[in-house]
Amino acid sequence: MEVSSPDGTLTIVNDVSLAVAAGESIAIVGASGAGKSTLLAILAGLERPTRGAVFLNGAELTALDEDGRAAARAEHVGFVFQAFHLVPALTALENVMLPLELVGRADAAQSAAQALDSVGLAARRGHYPRQLSGGEQQRVAIARAFVGRPNVLFADEPTGNLDTATGARIAELLFEQNRAAGTTLVLVTHERALAARCARVVELDGGRLVGDGHG
Amino acid sequence: MASGTRALGFGLRALGREARGGELAVLFGAVLVAVTALTAVGFFTSRVAGAIRLQAGEVLAGDLRLESGRPLEPGGAYAREARARGLEVAETVSFRSVVFQGELSNLAVVDGVGQGYPLRGRVRVAEAPFAPGRTIDGVPKRGEAWVDSRLLARLDVPVGGTLKLGELSLTVAHALDYRPDQGSAFDSLAPTLMIAYEDVPATGLLRPGSRATWNLLFAGAPAAVAGFEEWLRAQKSPAERLIDVGESSEQLKSAMERSGRFLNLSALATLLLAAVAVAMGARRYALRHLDTVALLKCMGASQAFVLGVTAFELVSVAVAGALAGIGAGYVAQAGLAALTRSLVPEALPAPTLTAAWLGLGTALVIVVGFAAPPLLQLRRVPPARVLRRNLEAPPLRYGLPYLLAAAALLAMLFALVRDVRLVGYVAVGLAATAGVLALAGWLLVRSTRAVRGAVGVAWRYGLANVARRGRDSVVQIVAFGLGLTVLLLLAVVRNDLLDAWRRSLPPDAPNHFLINIAPSEVDPLKAYLGEHHLGSPEFAPWVRARLTAVNGQPLKGRMPKSDRGRAFAEREQNLSWSRELPADNRLVQGSWWHDPDPKQPLVSVASEFQEELGLALGDRLSFDVAGETIVATVANVRKVRWDGFRPNFFLVFSPGVLDGATGTFMTSVHLEPAQRPALTELVRRFPGITVLDVETLLGQVRELIDRASLAVQYVFAFTLASGVFVLLAAIQATRDERRYESAILRTLGARRRVVLQGVAAEFVTLGLLSGVLAATAASLAGWQLATRLFGLAYRFDALLWLAGLGAGALLVGVAGTLATRSVVAAPPARTLRED
Repeated sequence: MEVSSPDGTLTIVNDVSLAVAAGESIAIVGASGAGKSTLLAILAGLERPTRGAVFLNGAELTALDEDGRAAARAEHVGFVFQAFHLVPALTALENVMLPLELVGRADAAQSAAQALDSVGLAARRGHYPRQLSGGEQQRVAIARAFVGRPNVLFADEPTGNLDTATGARIAELLFEQNRAAGTTLVLVTHERALAARCARVVELDGGRLVGDGHG
Repeated sequence: MASGTRALGFGLRALGREARGGELAVLFGAVLVAVTALTAVGFFTSRVAGAIRLQAGEVLAGDLRLESGRPLEPGGAYAREARARGLEVAETVSFRSVVFQGELSNLAVVDGVGQGYPLRGRVRVAEAPFAPGRTIDGVPKRGEAWVDSRLLARLDVPVGGTLKLGELSLTVAHALDYRPDQGSAFDSLAPTLMIAYEDVPATGLLRPGSRATWNLLFAGAPAAVAGFEEWLRAQKSPAERLIDVGESSEQLKSAMERSGRFLNLSALATLLLAAVAVAMGARRYALRHLDTVALLKCMGASQAFVLGVTAFELVSVAVAGALAGIGAGYVAQAGLAALTRSLVPEALPAPTLTAAWLGLGTALVIVVGFAAPPLLQLRRVPPARVLRRNLEAPPLRYGLPYLLAAAALLAMLFALVRDVRLVGYVAVGLAATAGVLALAGWLLVRSTRAVRGAVGVAWRYGLANVARRGRDSVVQIVAFGLGLTVLLLLAVVRNDLLDAWRRSLPPDAPNHFLINIAPSEVDPLKAYLGEHHLGSPEFAPWVRARLTAVNGQPLKGRMPKSDRGRAFAEREQNLSWSRELPADNRLVQGSWWHDPDPKQPLVSVASEFQEELGLALGDRLSFDVAGETIVATVANVRKVRWDGFRPNFFLVFSPGVLDGATGTFMTSVHLEPAQRPALTELVRRFPGITVLDVETLLGQVRELIDRASLAVQYVFAFTLASGVFVLLAAIQATRDERRYESAILRTLGARRRVVLQGVAAEFVTLGLLSGVLAATAASLAGWQLATRLFGLAYRFDALLWLAGLGAGALLVGVAGTLATRSVVAAPPARTLRED
């Protein structure tokens, strides 16, 4: 992945070859600026690499246009973000309903309510994000990520905006949901302890893969 | 198809949720205020225009008049069709004949009027010649005549006396003071004798082939009249002439056009402000949806889906805002009409529905037009923005995409006013203003960097904001500036232009024309006017002649299509000559003559004459002047202000050319009611002179001016409201950003007051700059409008600059600071956590 600017071309992720098996949990670690988030964006089809190919469930993501990649994401992928990214104008329940509504599921409200129950927020369905604490917002985000039963879940620093205790509870919830759903988990973090909970840990440095081992 | 339904369903739900969350409030509010203002103005002006049309209808004694040289049967096809369409119909016949009283006789115009006459306006009669009149209903009874005071004076008959008309003997029941369709055209030189239509055959004067004009008058609801007029134009024979209100009187037509332009200008101003407010609202909508759109795309929404959902939301907001606005506009105009009841004598006619459609159309055009560029931009938000906030969507562009919106807006403006010139001026003026504002804004943004070091912390923060927001600051300056420009311009129009118009008809404007003055009578008449303190007016020479050929080609081959053009070509025209360009005239083509050679005749034509006959400078016009042919070259084209009530002519020759023709002179004087008896003696002493009373017409034009002024005043209130909304929308646009900034500043230890002072400094700077630019733009636009569109004199006003500065600093500064206060007051911790 290269970015061009008047000052020259910057290579952010370079020569990375990575295969993730179905159901596997993998952590991508590295210092700030190592290229973790860019690698995640490329893997999830949010960005296109300058060179190279990405396959998801056997289909070549990099050969698709933006709408094609969007369709693939709708079908196979869930996300959890560092900044939660709940829609401020929607209630907790409505936020969880979003991915189901996007694929036209008729039982969106029911499934979303169950998902919220499973992260312990049954009582906060009607609350807006601004009325929820950081930990609660991230739980809503986790419910939203799993509600569509994705094949792959991408999590970008999911505990990065939370205090240690809350972060630990959120991590617990994330792995628990992942185990229950049998989802492939790709987790970006700079926290070694969190990474260690994944079955596999790869390390990036200066945009290159420098380590690949088991957690 | 399935995805379309899905987008629609999703859009519906999203709409409900966003409306609940208050996200759409700014946009909805902008549309609501815009449409309320526009429809209130539209409804009200349609009513005022209706009242003006009714009033103007007086000149015809109906809304529509059909003239024919052959009898028009009152029960004929035209009248039947008119009645079937719900119109009132009345018939009249008009011819010249000599009226006798003993040994005395005089030429008169005999008006035979049928039941129902006049359909518009009222007849006024008096009980003695030249005595003050009173209105009267009905028409003369059989055997009765209502007779012009001038005729009574000449025949020396009192009211109650008898006259002989053909074989009929008539009793003078009243002196005729005024009939609505007496007009000011100098065709009706002879005094009038009004009798019952049924009495006309008994005079024995009208036989087959007699010269007479049969008229059918029609009146009714505007839509019915318009429909009937269209039908009648297709049905009537070319020999029959159809005249509507606009063609009846040059004076009234001129005044109606001008008042229409004033109202249109106000409506345009409102619409423009509305567009700016909506554009700001749409922009904020787009900015606030960047993250949501990125998230939706991340979850797998396609570009088309995102576009569909957003478009659905925007159109829904436009429709909802428009419907609410139309309702509010209707209520507002009713209030407005109630307010003006004491000032507008008779009840206003009901409003037309056009304004409602226009409101809905406008809302859609401006929302879609101005929201489309940011909307298309939203489609291109990179989904990876969810991972890195700094991944902006490609920046919102203000250039090319807005050209489309501007074109849509211009189309709307045109639909509103149907005046290419007015829309053209507004478009060029606005484009220039927006350009200058943008340039000046950019310069300001750059220059504030230099002064930042020299001011206190609050100002430094404020100025830094102006500079840092760069492009946004320029956009805000353009929005504030355009808003203030339109407001100031309307103030100019309201005060200066309307005043100039009123001044053009001072209380002592001429209300009587004296015509048919023989050259030998000029000096004695001047002396008579002097003796009776009636002033020393100018005398214009006057000859009647017929146009026979253009560039040597007989007119037969190039007969104009319109009735008015045919009248120019077929009827005798009034010619005059002059050394100087007459007052109330403005040259639009060619140049005025200086010391012209009498052997090379030149003629100056009025723009109406030139347009109807398709004349060009250098064309040679041949006239039959009392049997002699005079060929003159078109030297220039004049725009005549007919509503100035001074003698004016379609055709003016260079001096010396018409010396051989036996012409007469004409003049105009102002008579106070107490001076009117002097007329009786004048008519006796100068029997050849014809006196035309235009007091009523003058009164009609004055009333028209007053009504137009009144309407503009009220429209101004609505425009002001939408102007304030533009300011609020512009301020709202940066509200979110300010929340975050103020939270950071306060976290760093800035006191609330300091942050607020910084905000005030920023807005006052933006306001001052916008104010100065707006005042400049409004002055220039006012000057252009006055001289080019309204044909009025314009004075530059230093107060306007002060008003601009004051309004800018105060309105923008105070409104901006107040609106941002709550943002600054929000607890910083919460703001930072939410972000």
